[in-house]
Amino acid sequence: MAIHKNNKLPLVSVQALKKHFPLNRHQTVKALNGVSFDIHKGETFGLVGESGCGKSTVGRTIMGLYPPTAGQVYIHGKDIHQASAQENKTRQRQIQMIFQDPYASLNPRATIFEIIAEPLEIHRVHKNKNDLRQHINRLFEEVGLNPAHAHRYPHEFSGGQRQRVGIARALALEPDIIIADEPISALDVSIQAQIVLLLQRLQQDKKLTYLFIAHDLAMVKYLSDRVGVMYLGQMAELASSHELYANPLHPYTQALLSAIPVPDPDLEKKRQRILLKGELPSAINPPAGCVFHTRCPQAQAICRQQPPVWQEHAPGHFAACHLIAEGNR
Amino acid sequence: MKNYVIKRFLLMIGTIFIIASLTFILMHLIPGSPFEQDRQTSAAVQENLRAFHQLDQPLYIQYFSYLKSIATFNFGPSIASPDTTVNELIGRGFPVSFELGLWAIGIALVSGLVLGVMAALHHNGLLDHLCMGIAVLGISIPNFVLSTLLIQEFAVNLGWFPAATWRTPMHMVLPVAALATAPMAIIARLIRSSMLETLTQDYIKMARAKGLSPMRVVIRHALRNALMPVVTLLGTLMASILTGTFVIEKIFAIPGMGRYFIDSISTRDYPVIMGTTVFYSTILVFMLFLVDMAYCLLDPRIRLHHHKGQA
Amino acid sequence: MKPHEQDLFPPEWLQPAIRNTGDLHNTIERPYVSYWQDAWQRLRRNKLAMLGLVFLLALVSMAIFAPLFSPYSATAQDLRNQNLPPSALHWFGTDDLGRDVFTRTWQGARISLFVGFMAALIDFVIGVAYGGYSGLKGGKTDAVMMRIVEILYGLPYLLMVILLMVVMKPSLLTIIIALTITGWISMARIVRGQVLQLKNLEFVTASRTFGASPGRIIRKNLLPNTMGPIIVQMTLTVPSAIFAEAFLSFLGLGIQAPHASWGVMTNDALPVILSGDWWQLFFPALFISLTMFAFNVLGDGLQDALDPKLKK
Repeated sequence: MAIHKNNKLPLVSVQALKKHFPLNRHQTVKALNGVSFDIHKGETFGLVGESGCGKSTVGRTIMGLYPPTAGQVYIHGKDIHQASAQENKTRQRQIQMIFQDPYASLNPRATIFEIIAEPLEIHRVHKNKNDLRQHINRLFEEVGLNPAHAHRYPHEFSGGQRQRVGIARALALEPDIIIADEPISALDVSIQAQIVLLLQRLQQDKKLTYLFIAHDLAMVKYLSDRVGVMYLGQMAELASSHELYANPLHPYTQALLSAIPVPDPDLEKKRQRILLKGELPSAINPPAGCVFHTRCPQAQAICRQQPPVWQEHAPGHFAACHLIAEGNR
Repeated sequence: MKNYVIKRFLLMIGTIFIIASLTFILMHLIPGSPFEQDRQTSAAVQENLRAFHQLDQPLYIQYFSYLKSIATFNFGPSIASPDTTVNELIGRGFPVSFELGLWAIGIALVSGLVLGVMAALHHNGLLDHLCMGIAVLGISIPNFVLSTLLIQEFAVNLGWFPAATWRTPMHMVLPVAALATAPMAIIARLIRSSMLETLTQDYIKMARAKGLSPMRVVIRHALRNALMPVVTLLGTLMASILTGTFVIEKIFAIPGMGRYFIDSISTRDYPVIMGTTVFYSTILVFMLFLVDMAYCLLDPRIRLHHHKGQA
Repeated sequence: MKPHEQDLFPPEWLQPAIRNTGDLHNTIERPYVSYWQDAWQRLRRNKLAMLGLVFLLALVSMAIFAPLFSPYSATAQDLRNQNLPPSALHWFGTDDLGRDVFTRTWQGARISLFVGFMAALIDFVIGVAYGGYSGLKGGKTDAVMMRIVEILYGLPYLLMVILLMVVMKPSLLTIIIALTITGWISMARIVRGQVLQLKNLEFVTASRTFGASPGRIIRKNLLPNTMGPIIVQMTLTVPSAIFAEAFLSFLGLGIQAPHASWGVMTNDALPVILSGDWWQLFFPALFISLTMFAFNVLGDGLQDALDPKLKK
């Protein structure tokens, strides 16, 4: 289901991706249960959902950290899990990752110079120390860090600065694609804005493509061109960011959007929040039929029986819900 | 819990099996072992050996008959003392060694407990440092060194205790002291740190808040939990006491199994070496198994689960 | 089309005020101290541990230099000067073959320390490789490897060593081999435990994303973060190896005469005790005890100093 934008192949294409983790001999956690979408060059694709919906798993599977249980991931048109070792090495330079926890994602026993140098050393990018040092200094300046602090340890920096180190590390190999796995969730609100601006500027300067995974809907809307909404291992809805927020088709998206607070106190009081009943079902035994039906305020009989089909309901706007097809909203 | 018992039991059997096999392999690997033609031993002895160990047969048959003899606790004749069998030696020596070891463990436990508890209750005070000082010394001085020092001081210089053999209770004092010191020190340190940890727990504060008299009852509450790590360690302690008996028996000329073992090493009396090694290992592994069982019973979490299952 | 509520404010209003982000120090920090410096400072405060450290350094120096500068050799017999008590000529006296006890004591120190350090080193190498690999791989490989360790752990250590020494011809090399055959197990367990804790941390995942090999991950990511428990374990291995060597020598299974190891010297000194020649026993016994004491207190001190939880 590769959408060809301007007739060009999408940079990343995920097809019917499934990832199940074995829990014990009898049970598996179905973290990803059939997800398909594309990411186009130069765009920012936002991926949202509650904790446990599988959005991090998508990111890591695309990175190649987990082999998929089913389905494929194509980067630059190549299936990454059928790649040779050489192709893997090349791919590692094309796609990089920024992690959520600025404390845990940096080796506490390495200086930040060593941390940023690591990918360059592994891929033997530079022939001598001087080139390496210059490259790293440039990276420091790009992310807004002081090169004089290069030989300090992560614990001497604030969370925001650590995240900048993580970004610098991700940029070291000059990738085309960056997967940002909740890069700002662990930061103070005031710092979040700085990091987001940095990410935007970098995208412009280096023509980067982002997969931005988050659970903060407002931030995702601000940053993304297109947004996908996930629930319990499946994609509920996908549309351009403006379209999704203006015209949410899936009941889950509607509920999520209704929960975003509005800065206007009068409006905030008047609007209706859609409350979801019940709790998130377990990923070990997802509900039959539509996975959302146990909490959906509009669930019908068919929702319990048959999983809905992922369809394009308007140009570029996809959703999986029985009720849309019947025009019953 | 039953699964756990079965698993540990099988592990025990397996370990004994491995040790026996290892011993067999090692003994037959030695070039010029008395299992082959050895000029030093008389024809009669060699005949005995050949008959018992079936030395004419191919190796795997020897192995199986060896295993069989192990299983029936029949270790064959000795070389150095051709009239006695290994079993007889073990029979003579083991009760003595066992008595020595038992006293050592008992004293170590009691004194270690007292030292450790006192140290914990006077945390960072003079008594604490004193007890822990004694403990570190106890760990550092190897038991054979300690034995010789004890003999030097208390037997030779002061003449309070006899230096050797094993006849009267007076004879027991020095050997047991030498053997028990290191385990006592280890227990003391362990109890101290375990008590310190337990005493900061909330339920202890609760007990005090309820008005229970601090010393007695708190000790009773805290000690039960603080003892757990010691039980876990009991197995290793028993192993070290066991190997300690070799040395202590040699120094104090005590007619225990350890002394026969040491002598057999010097005379290269292989049947005795083999037999006593397997015997020692079996005892040890069996003790470890018992300790495991005791641990199982003592830990109320495991016990209660068991009862819940039955109810 | 209904404008979404969030579009009430033009986006330009929501831009944060731009600041020069060159040098952000928005936290109050204490002066920069690295992990090792902090550990060293804490160790320094522990007087007993420092005493042990100083003693060990002195011991090593003496072991290296004393036999070189002594006028006597450790093995030369001088039957005219048997059993002399300590004097100006023979600081520690002589033994029943006329050998100088002082020189022999330091020769023994060389042997014991050598055995101790070699044993600790080999335990380290094998233990880290085995435990690190087992922990990193996880899953079935880990389960199998740990099963093996469990069974090996159940074998009585010293008995096995004795057995091995009976079979092999006793020498320095065979002692070291015998000691390390099962000694690495504790190290392997510790390393594996640490690796299991660390390997799921994100910085390890990050390294994997740029294709770091398992060897590199162990060396650069896992090992530096595990050094604390490893060092503590090594300071405890050395005294137990020294003890085992002395024990074996005492039983006649270790270093053979005429070489001097502390265990041999103690063994030789036994029969002479009853006739009052205390110095032959006293000095090797003293040094064994002091060495083990020093290692033990140093190990205790290191354990406290390196424990990040106690960081003030």
